[in-house]
Amino acid sequence: MQRFAQKIKSAARPARLAYSFSILALSASLAACGGGTAEDPAADVSAADADSGVSGEIQIDGSSTVFPISEAMAEEFQIANPDTRVTVGVSGSGGGFKKFCAGETDISNASRPIKEEEVALCDEAGIEFIEVPIAYDGITLVTNPENDWAQCLTVEQLNAMWSPDAEGSVENWNQVDPEFPDEPLELFGPGTDSGTFDYFTDEVSGEEGASRGDYTASEDDNVIVTGVESTSGGLGYFGYAYYEENQDQLKSVEIENEAGECVAPSRETIADGSYNPMSRPLYFYVQKEAYDTKPQVKAFVDYQLDAENGELVQEAGYITLPDDALAQAKSRVEEGKLGKDPI
Amino acid sequence: MTANVKGDIAPGSWNPKRDRARMVQTIVKIIFGAFAAISIFTTIGILATLIFETVAFFQEISIIRFLTETRWTPLFASKQFGIFVLISATVMIAVISVLVALPLGLLSAICLSEYATPGVRKILKPILEILAGVPTVVYGYFALLTVTPFLQTFLPNLQGFNALSAGLVLGVMITPLVASLSEDALYSVPRSLKDGAYALGATKRETVVSVILPAAVSGIVSSLILAISRAVGETMIVTLAAGANPTLGFNPFVPVMTMTAFIVQITAGDAPHGTIAYKTLFAVGMTLFLMTFALNIFSFWFVRRFREKYD
Repeated sequence: MQRFAQKIKSAARPARLAYSFSILALSASLAACGGGTAEDPAADVSAADADSGVSGEIQIDGSSTVFPISEAMAEEFQIANPDTRVTVGVSGSGGGFKKFCAGETDISNASRPIKEEEVALCDEAGIEFIEVPIAYDGITLVTNPENDWAQCLTVEQLNAMWSPDAEGSVENWNQVDPEFPDEPLELFGPGTDSGTFDYFTDEVSGEEGASRGDYTASEDDNVIVTGVESTSGGLGYFGYAYYEENQDQLKSVEIENEAGECVAPSRETIADGSYNPMSRPLYFYVQKEAYDTKPQVKAFVDYQLDAENGELVQEAGYITLPDDALAQAKSRVEEGKLGKDPI
Repeated sequence: MTANVKGDIAPGSWNPKRDRARMVQTIVKIIFGAFAAISIFTTIGILATLIFETVAFFQEISIIRFLTETRWTPLFASKQFGIFVLISATVMIAVISVLVALPLGLLSAICLSEYATPGVRKILKPILEILAGVPTVVYGYFALLTVTPFLQTFLPNLQGFNALSAGLVLGVMITPLVASLSEDALYSVPRSLKDGAYALGATKRETVVSVILPAAVSGIVSSLILAISRAVGETMIVTLAAGANPTLGFNPFVPVMTMTAFIVQITAGDAPHGTIAYKTLFAVGMTLFLMTFALNIFSFWFVRRFREKYD
């Protein structure tokens, strides 16, 4: 996912750079004109950004899944605010929270909500935080295009395939459902370092990290695509953006949601929440004190939540929050609403 | 006494200034010694790290578990460390590759050294050697994107990633190694032996089969063993084409995970220093090292034991 996202991002970079430079040039010329810009509020905002004189460092760490978004945002932000230096690390959601609660970072990215024990860790250190959703992702299950039987799978069926108990025993589609044909089941998925793996195992097996080990595990989603594409009984999973990019070679599987309906993953079903439980919000957590006392952190948080920058989320391969959720996230930041409170 | 031969030089007065020459000699000696020492210390360093981390691994995981468990899931919640899962895949792929490389390599060596006219040999040999120059990543994609789809046309059970096409392509990769070293061995069989066979009325085929091949057997075997240890340690082809699914058994149609593929998998992710995943890396590396080391020792022994000397 990351690699892919970086790939498309770097492809898009020249265009984006040019765009930002033109904005910069525009705002500079507007600023030079003096008060005559009031009739164009958008230009006024970017002029204010460029001239806000924000400077200093911003420390970000956490999930590798959210990293492409953060990185894209940080790049653009630094072009708009040349005196700032944004450092984005990748320690995984859990590793990020460890640093965050030790007061080492201003912002922590996470592909899952903060855990209770991590909240306790932050409390102990006296770190207050605001939870802000930034985008949606939907874990997409894919099969070979020849697969005409697995139209819709339930979480129980996924559990039958992927749970640790299935290791070495469930090796045929007809063991998952007797109506499925006698076809070897060949599984492909992300490796144990992946946040997608964490979320998927949590939803499917009820415990994070509980998965069978005898499947082709790769941190490179290309391997999963190639494997499923060339194996008639193949099944794999990864982030939605990757499926979208490979629709011609792969077929997505509908997932029976909590309401009992079979829902196919799409930008719409992920955004409206009907593609559950496989869609998940991605978050960043900002330290309250840093937000209040460091203008550059506040500026960056506002930048990430600016509806115009939703484009960067799309480019990174994720689904932007719907307008009302974004407004809700913004008001939460403005009110300084503390603690864990998932949307 | 010898000084007296010179006559007019008194003993002890011939005293040229050689200090500079001696100094240069010493410096050169130190420089060469230092460079030689670097390679030795590197080897010792690698061995020491391997041993150190492997010992740390076996302090946590008993060697019995390592040798008897039937699953390989060191990264997952239910950790099992059955190394034979990885060894079986490595051995299977190496065997497939040797089944390809032995006939291909040996027959081309015989053809080149005994049957080919100088003109044909001049063309054939460089072509064969080009195979050795192809980057392994190219072989890997060749196996994945060309050989596997081709095999699937008549082997419908073949999975996208499989040991078979990885082994076949790996065999092609090591063929030049076998061919070139075997050819050297065949070529160094003395002419007098061949002439003797012809003088006794043997045909060319009889000479090749009953005189030249037995005379060159030690060189052929050592070339083969070198090729096997190359196959065991090969990484790119198996990572790309054989998959990364640790399953115990010798089914060449399904994805398997070799030792090298596991090392790639771990290093592509994030294994923090000191974790069990990190130590597993070294335990697997050590196993790989021991396997190739044993092969090399065997090859040394075999060459020494069966070498025919013709002086």
